[in-house]
Parts: sequence; structure tokens; C-alpha cells
Amino acid sequence: MEEKISFCKGGGCTAKLGAGILSRVLERLPKGPQDPNLLIGYDSKDDAAVYKVSDDIAIVQTLDFFPPMVDEPYTFGKIAATNALSDIYAMGGEVKTALNIVCFPETMDLNILGEIMRGGSEKVIEAGGTLAGGHSINDSDVKYGLSVTGVVHPDRIYPNNGGKPGDKLILTKRLGVGIICTANRVQEASAEAMEAAISSMTTLNKYAAMICRNYDIHACTDVTGFSFLGHLHEMMDGALSCQINAKQVPVFPEALDYADEFLLTAAGQRNRNHVQDYVKFENVPFAMEEVLYDPQTSGGLLVAVDATQAETLEKELQEAGLPAAIVGEIVEKGDVEITVTM
Amino acid sequence: MYGMEEKEMIKVDAMGDTCPIPVVKTKNAIKELNGSGEVMTLVDNEIAVQNLTKMANQKGYGVKSQKLGEGQYEVVMTISADGASAVTELAESTVEEETVCYPDARKKNTVVVLSSSTMGNGDDELGAILMKGFIYALSQQENLPTTILMYNGGAKISCEESPSLEDLKSLESQGVEILTCGTCLNHYGLSDKLKVGEVTNMYVIAEKMTQADLIVKP
Repeated sequence: MEEKISFCKGGGCTAKLGAGILSRVLERLPKGPQDPNLLIGYDSKDDAAVYKVSDDIAIVQTLDFFPPMVDEPYTFGKIAATNALSDIYAMGGEVKTALNIVCFPETMDLNILGEIMRGGSEKVIEAGGTLAGGHSINDSDVKYGLSVTGVVHPDRIYPNNGGKPGDKLILTKRLGVGIICTANRVQEASAEAMEAAISSMTTLNKYAAMICRNYDIHACTDVTGFSFLGHLHEMMDGALSCQINAKQVPVFPEALDYADEFLLTAAGQRNRNHVQDYVKFENVPFAMEEVLYDPQTSGGLLVAVDATQAETLEKELQEAGLPAAIVGEIVEKGDVEITVTM
Repeated sequence: MYGMEEKEMIKVDAMGDTCPIPVVKTKNAIKELNGSGEVMTLVDNEIAVQNLTKMANQKGYGVKSQKLGEGQYEVVMTISADGASAVTELAESTVEEETVCYPDARKKNTVVVLSSSTMGNGDDELGAILMKGFIYALSQQENLPTTILMYNGGAKISCEESPSLEDLKSLESQGVEILTCGTCLNHYGLSDKLKVGEVTNMYVIAEKMTQADLIVKP
């Protein structure tokens, strides 16, 4: 295939609109009559919408799509799908169906689209779901993603903000893919770093989710465009505080190197602007700060688990081959929402 | 013979570029400077201004930015020959400002600068005793300073084993801002030995000093 998809504009979750802008717009939308079956809507800034249809089934609905962050179409398809499917796992659910969302220039080689969608459909199958259709439009740039529907038991939903003081926080994937992809765009990323980042971005959170099901999970989210600190801030939801041990946070070492070279995204800075008032760093080097603000594409799960089970859960995740680690703990609400120490 | 020092200025056009391209282009221009000079980068959004400013602050370059018009911003970095920070006049930054609390206008904004762990020249042993005495006397003043800045040798004063920790803590508990230069802590291997106050950088140090009503340097 000769033609490569150009992703000259930052792709992946670096393309998300900043959280600040979004909340201002969302606040003003008309809400309509309250439906008691809507268990989770956008009021709680959660990963997906959850709607109860019976005493033991609730539908989980989510969608994600974005421009490419890699130039290989099949890989892009896999990453985009993995990312979209992740939100179902972040709610504690199971994937059932998915619909393609496609934007594609009419004049581009259709085989490229075929490759993107091949990557996407492979991941839907791996997730145990069925690709049931989709929608495509002509666009000046390529964008791809999925609208996904899953199911969850209404009593076993993982909210974002259900964490309790004393809970330990576990992160299941390494941070830094945003910076690595960005460095790659300007030809400054090593092939090994890119390979590791891609491998991380195409790993379904299904495996982590399945293991978590046997534990007392109080809250869960997936770390994506708003960065580790951004999503952690959502988990605190104005009612909790937390302490993070930066040395324990799994990161790609190359991401730290590239951050020291200032190969940073606009979205990263937007994340910093949005969350920095809630964060206090103690002896954390600049590069590590940037990795914590780095928008992740298809990042890992960030779970709040009962303290007594944390080490066992961490071990089980690691034995499954995931770079999971306990990164901190939730504490009673204090003056500082998120304290990060090195 | 006196002459105007010619500062080399390289212009970088990063209009329409998404991060990190403005930073990459600027870094390349800085390499071309061969030591010292200025680089002026044009970008079309505030976030790029912030990312460029971040880099300049980390590297210790002087930096100022301004909005030229709708979708047009200019960031000028000053790199000095000795590689240390060239502190330039802080121009109005048009990056979105957060609400700032201004100190009580009736009270002078006094900044104490401690650039060494000893006070005066002659005998260092005496100097250390004098500095300890000075900080104690400071803590007993009726009008306390707003901020105490510590850098280079002064960075040791806020770290483990310093004889002035109690006095600094007392000052801090009465609302005095205690700031120690991060680069200096790293240099002396004291990064994890800071006992009072917070870590700061040259950008903040320059800002505090230029905005002070009175600078006290013992």
C-alpha cells in the first residue's frame, strides 16, 4: 500500500476538546425530564451512560472516535477500537455490540479504510462483541472509532467517584503514549518506544476488568484523553483527596526522556491548565509532571480497591502480564486534592 | 570604546503548527544561535505560547510573550552566553490569567533574599552565626516579610541540619512564603532534604524580586 494516512494534526486522544471548554457547554444543555432508569449520565462525568432495563440488566452506552495517531491504518483501527471498547470495561460491563464511525476522504484509497476497519473489527471480536453496522461520511481527514453497547448488572456498576478513604489506587497500563506518539510525529521516537506504546494501546482492558470482577472495586475509570491526573481528579469529584507515589506509577521511560526534550502536546498543556489547581507536586521532576498530564490514547484502568485486597489484585494483574501497580491511596478530603510525591 | 551589544535574533514562523512543532522549531533556532541571542517564535494559539514558556522556564531562558492580534502570538526567548538564566523584563503575558490575590496594599511587599548560607564576608564561621541570628531576628520583627527566597548557598538554610529550621517554620506559620530554588537543591544534592516551604524556579524568583516593594538582602 503506497499511500500512508497523514496524521499531521495531533491524533488520538490529543484531539479531545479540553475539559474546561466541554463543561461550560454541557452545563447549558437542556436536560429534559429526569428518568430514574438513567443510572449514570453525563452529570457525573463518568465513562459511559448506564440505563437500567430490568432488575439485573443495565445497558452501557459509549462512543469514541478520533484522527490517526500512527500512520499504519490497520494499527490505527486496532487502537481506535481498543480505546472505544475500554469505556465499557471501565463501567464494569461486558461488550455486546459495536457500530463503526468513519470519516474518510472520498479521494483516498479505499483499501486504507478497509485496513482500518479490519483492525477495528478484530478488536470487537476479541472483546466478545459483534460489529453490527456503522456510519461513514466523506471528510477532509480520516477519523475512526466505535459506538459501543454493553451490559452490566445494575448493582455491580463501577462508578468513577465511588472511592472511599483508605482505598488503594491501581493503574493497569503505563503512562506516556501521548508523548511517545508526539515524538514519533517529529521523528524523535525510537522504534522500540513506538512498538511498546502501540502494544499498550492495542491491549484491551478486558483482561484487567475480568480480574477486577473478583475484588471489591469501589470506583473505576479508564485513563484516556484527560490524562492520569485529569481522570484522577474526576474520581475525587470534590469529595475526596489522594496521595500518589510518583515512583510507583508505571511509565514508559522514553516518555520521560521525550518530555525532557519538550516534545509535548497541546492537549497535555490543556490538561495541566484544567487540573493544576487541584494538584500539589513534591520533588517531582518536570518530565514526570508532564507524563502525569499526558493525554493517553487507550490507557489502562485506574481502580480504587479495598485496601486489604490491593496487593493481591496487583499481583494477579501482574501475573496476567499487565504492568499494573499500586500508585497511591485515597484519603479523607483535605486542603489539597491530589498530592504527588516522588 | 563603548558600543551597543548586538544581540542575534532568529525569527521562527510556527503559525499553523501544532505542538510540539513550535517547540522543535524553536529548539533548532536556539542551536543555531551558537551560545547567546534571541529567538522570536510566532504561533497562532495560547497553548503553544504556554508550552514554549514552559520550555524556556525549565531551561532558564528569559521569556516574554504577547498577543499581536487574533490568532497571532509572539514568544521571545533570550539565551545568554553563560548558559545561566538571563532574566529579562517581564512583559504583560496575555495567556489566560487566573484570579490573583493582591497583597494588602497598606502593607509593603517585602522580599528577603538569601543567596548564601553565611552573612557578610570575612569569616564563614562567623558568617553562619550571623545568618542564624539574622533569621531569628527577622522572625521577631513586627512587620514580617511576604516572601523569603533562597538560592545557591542559601538553599541550604531550608534543608535538613540547618540551624534556622525552627525560625523558618515559625515564619511560615505566620504566613511568610518560604521558597527555595529547585535547581540549587538539585545541585547540592538536597532535593529530598528540604524541610520548610516549597521548591521554586528562576521565573518565580525573578517575578517576586521585580514585584517587591522592598528587597532585603543580608
